[in-house]
Amino acid sequence: MHDNMEIPVGPQHPALKEPASFRLSLSGEKIMQASVRLGYNHRGIEKACEERTYIQDLYLIERICGICSHAHSTAFAQAVEEIAGVNLPKRAAYIRTLVGELERIHSHLLWLGVAGHEIGFDTLLMYTWADREIVMDILANVTGNRVNYGINSLGGVRRDISPEQVRQIAKAMDALEERTKYYIELASVETTLINRLSGVGVMSKKDVLRLGTVGPTARASGVARDVRKDDPYAAYAEINFNVVTDNHNDIYGRTIVRLGELMESFNIIRQVIKNLPDGPIAVKVARKIPSGEAVSRYEAPRGEDLHYVKANGTESPERVKVRAPTLANIQSVAFMLEDRYLADMPIVVAAIDPCFSCTDRSIAIKDAEGKGKKKKIVDWESLRLHGIEWYSKQGIDFTALNKRFKR
Amino acid sequence: MNEEEKIQQELLKNFAFLENKIKIQRVRRIFIEVPLEKFFAVFDYAVKNLGVSMLSALSGLDEGENFSFIYHLALANGIMLNFKTGVAKNAPLLKTVTGYFPSAEIYERELADLLGVEVIGLKKGKRYPLPDNWPEGQYPLRKGWKKEALNKQEDKKNA
Repeated sequence: MHDNMEIPVGPQHPALKEPASFRLSLSGEKIMQASVRLGYNHRGIEKACEERTYIQDLYLIERICGICSHAHSTAFAQAVEEIAGVNLPKRAAYIRTLVGELERIHSHLLWLGVAGHEIGFDTLLMYTWADREIVMDILANVTGNRVNYGINSLGGVRRDISPEQVRQIAKAMDALEERTKYYIELASVETTLINRLSGVGVMSKKDVLRLGTVGPTARASGVARDVRKDDPYAAYAEINFNVVTDNHNDIYGRTIVRLGELMESFNIIRQVIKNLPDGPIAVKVARKIPSGEAVSRYEAPRGEDLHYVKANGTESPERVKVRAPTLANIQSVAFMLEDRYLADMPIVVAAIDPCFSCTDRSIAIKDAEGKGKKKKIVDWESLRLHGIEWYSKQGIDFTALNKRFKR
Repeated sequence: MNEEEKIQQELLKNFAFLENKIKIQRVRRIFIEVPLEKFFAVFDYAVKNLGVSMLSALSGLDEGENFSFIYHLALANGIMLNFKTGVAKNAPLLKTVTGYFPSAEIYERELADLLGVEVIGLKKGKRYPLPDNWPEGQYPLRKGWKKEALNKQEDKKNA
């Protein structure tokens, strides 16, 4: 009889290209116990929000996450607008919905590729990420950016949609729908995918309800939990769509749900561009937000994203609290790993589509000079100067480049 | 009577002291303020009788002399109940709700790390979200906390 062996996985690249630390207690190949340590991406964003104005916060909040940046920026804007008593123009609500669904499409296609990669099916990664470029191009076209779109302002959106863009979006949706149908067919016949994902990362409906799991992870266990339907925001109350659920209770089910949600996103976007109301895209919001508080919810690609904002009548919030979907889902990962094989670990972690940048949000001090040496928090200017100095020691001089930019 | 008002009436029927403490802010948003000594009786009732689907989040606030905590409870019908309670800052003790919601563990660890709240009944485990070598007594979400305090402490240690 052997004692269990404890192994660390992470914090560098435990499954995805983000940090998290797992401690797995193994008996042979079986995981007997799993624990997760997060916090490696904590950047102090909630604290930083208190020291900045609402409009600065909108852009800072958007940078919580590169994948679901629109989710965070919309959730924050909604909370501030509620406190300020702003009536969002209908056209702005539709454009926010449009960008939100484009974001869901790129995120779900990204996930499908990552899932393929984690099970050694890299052809799927290549295919889905190539298709994802279609939606990335549309996002860049509509918002000006591939990531961190900057489409939201407090009181509306910053860019309108032209008839030409509407035509391009419609064309892109047709192309993406055709590709998604292929992936749905693939998921129903491709034995590599079915056999590798079925019965792995199992979580019953009861466990989902007990652990407070959200998003596609919950919906794949038959829990029809979706903020867009339960607590509609933006234009969702005026749109017909289905909440996709599945009863496989495993990673195969999560794949089916995300593929189904892609089809629903195409359907939502078609309704948005067809019924796009005329009118202004934004209303003015005063810099000072009156005292008050609001809770805003948003169905991000990974599940419910919650923002709580408290205002004190000044230009800066009193408190901003962010609870991203991965924080709600992370406990389910430890649960799903237990009593499973070690080889399942990467895909089980990836299957909740974790985002640790979202989850963590404060200050990490890097011990750059070794134990016992001096540690300092470095401000942006010092960091910039340090960069210039470091490169100059390597023989790279930026002086000429700086001069060129100045001209 | 709409769903929000029904919840308000039900809570008032069972807890008369909540008169003027329940605010229906808008459709699907209810804020309820409960003093700590009566908080868990109300919380227990709400979780067991009002169709709570999950604890969506737990927000901690530094409000000068006190810490406030808001338990954001999502109901299956889309309504969000926001139960607010508070403790004096000089004795920041709070009972865990992990017995009701295992997912509360990570939210309560945040309160411990960022505000310095002691959560009674929370099982031993890894801290979240600050690093393991984060100095004791430094709670970054407290209003008076400045990052310079950290540098001063490091300077003192390294002197």
